[in-house]
Amino acid sequence: MWTRASTTVSWGRAREAVRTPPSVWRRLRRHRTAVAGLSVLAALVFLAALAPFLFPEDPTEPHFERVLRPPSWEHPLGTDNLGRDLLARIAYGGRVSFLIGVLAVATSAAVGVPVGLLSGYYGGRFDLLVQRLVDLLLAFPGFLLALTLVAVLGVGVTNVVVAVGLASAPVYVRLVRGVALSVRNQTFVEAARALGASDPRILFRHVLPNCTAPVIVQSTLQLGTAILTAAGLGFLGLGVKPPTPEWGTMLGEGQTYLFSSWYMATFPGLAIFLSVLAFNLLGDGLRDALDPRMKLT
Amino acid sequence: MSAYVLRRLVLAVPTLLGVTLVVFALIRLVPGDPARLVLGLQASEEEVQRLRVQLGLDQPLPVQYARFLARLLQGDLGRSVVTGEPVLREIGARLPATVQLAVTSTVVATLTGVAAGVVSATRQYSWWDYAVMTVALFGISLPVFWLGLMLMLLFSVHLRWLPAGGYGTPAHLVLPTVTLAAFSVAIIARMTRSSLLEVLHQDYVRTAWAKGLSSRAVVLRHALKNALIPVVTVIGLQFGGLLGGAILTETVFAWPGMGRLLVGAIVARDYPVVQGTVLVFAALFTLVNLAVDVLYAYVDPRIHYG
Repeated sequence: MWTRASTTVSWGRAREAVRTPPSVWRRLRRHRTAVAGLSVLAALVFLAALAPFLFPEDPTEPHFERVLRPPSWEHPLGTDNLGRDLLARIAYGGRVSFLIGVLAVATSAAVGVPVGLLSGYYGGRFDLLVQRLVDLLLAFPGFLLALTLVAVLGVGVTNVVVAVGLASAPVYVRLVRGVALSVRNQTFVEAARALGASDPRILFRHVLPNCTAPVIVQSTLQLGTAILTAAGLGFLGLGVKPPTPEWGTMLGEGQTYLFSSWYMATFPGLAIFLSVLAFNLLGDGLRDALDPRMKLT
Repeated sequence: MSAYVLRRLVLAVPTLLGVTLVVFALIRLVPGDPARLVLGLQASEEEVQRLRVQLGLDQPLPVQYARFLARLLQGDLGRSVVTGEPVLREIGARLPATVQLAVTSTVVATLTGVAAGVVSATRQYSWWDYAVMTVALFGISLPVFWLGLMLMLLFSVHLRWLPAGGYGTPAHLVLPTVTLAAFSVAIIARMTRSSLLEVLHQDYVRTAWAKGLSSRAVVLRHALKNALIPVVTVIGLQFGGLLGGAILTETVFAWPGMGRLLVGAIVARDYPVVQGTVLVFAALFTLVNLAVDVLYAYVDPRIHYG
């Protein structure tokens, strides 16, 4: 589930600098599974974004007069062991889980893309060093690395973001390095060099644009992985501190009451599952739309 | 062949050394003084200083690392701060349970995944294909810990067929194995399908059909053999995810393995145990990938070893 390599995109050929033609959006719209993923995602983001308007009461405040109520009209998903409405907590929890996912992926990309770019473009000793380091980090199962980083850094939103983000950075280094390597000797890069373009200019104007499509696809898939990893940490009690609602932490709390109150663990898990599924569907669709040649048989 | 295996083994040594360096460095990043952490705030400065010397924390980092390596080579991973037991003994007591779970899950995942992939590829674009691919998509999106709890709810609470947790009998092994295997089944099924589809379009397969061989012989004997080569790699890479998943699965099912030891040690801030378990996990993963590389050379005659 948390293998970083499990859904890695491989991009065979280098392509001309990416323009974002309107056809990408058109192709994506015709991709049935991508549309399904996008719809589920839109619904979940909508719920999270509008949480304060939909559920004005504080999602962290206990209500001891209504603990562990099964789903009803009043509380569609039931209430937890402290009497808090589960639907409201899942809506607020979505804000935390999505935020962690986005920030963690941004961290991975912010570290991995520049390193991969320089490593692939310049090659040489720096590349060798980077590759050894990446190999070393990939010798640790992804979830184990994130878990160890949290053990060292401590719990809390920031540390979870850093841990999950750093654990996935090697994926971006590999991906971007591959693209940079395949592009650096292409004619258009040679032409730019012959025209006297500086290295930074070539990197930003010619090499980086070729990485955009694979990085976008990888990031979409990676968002699902990041949410899963963060939820796993939360489930172990090593994620976001209670009473802040976060899906994995809620699921962990629900485990204690599994036998008496099934809804407490079931619904937060369903939310994690649906959002990861949505990101996977969207990622597959994006890959097909951005590069038709990558379409899986 | 044996020369090749030997060379790969030698090449794994720098990786393993690097792993020890990463783990050593990570544990040193823990904020605060480890000696103070062990003794608590009440301890006097002298006591803390004595423990610092005793643990070698007063030495420069390279010296500490060299000592750490030297002890590691003698099988000394230090002592648990909580129980006082040697870390190696604690890990030794838990390792078999984790290996058992990982091995059964890998076997189950490989058999089911390959079978599902074959069904899917030989009936491309049929309902079978769509069903298998949909289930596989669910498989890679399911949080293991949630799947575990849901299976427990169904099979232990409602149907009362299987125990909800614990260790010992084959019945205890069923739910954790299914839980842990789910993700790998999905990945292996996807890989088998795409790899087999590619092979099925090749000329030699058409020849096999033209010879009038049965579909069974064409698919299983001619095509699958070649299609499985990339699948072997995936199974090896999968093992890392499996170990990560094992940490969560063990927690769900109260399985007495290394994963639970690690989580417990993190919560108790028992850093020698954290260090030891992470090291063993990473070493296990490295060695399995080494074994897969060797196996790969064995199943793929195109790879020359010498």
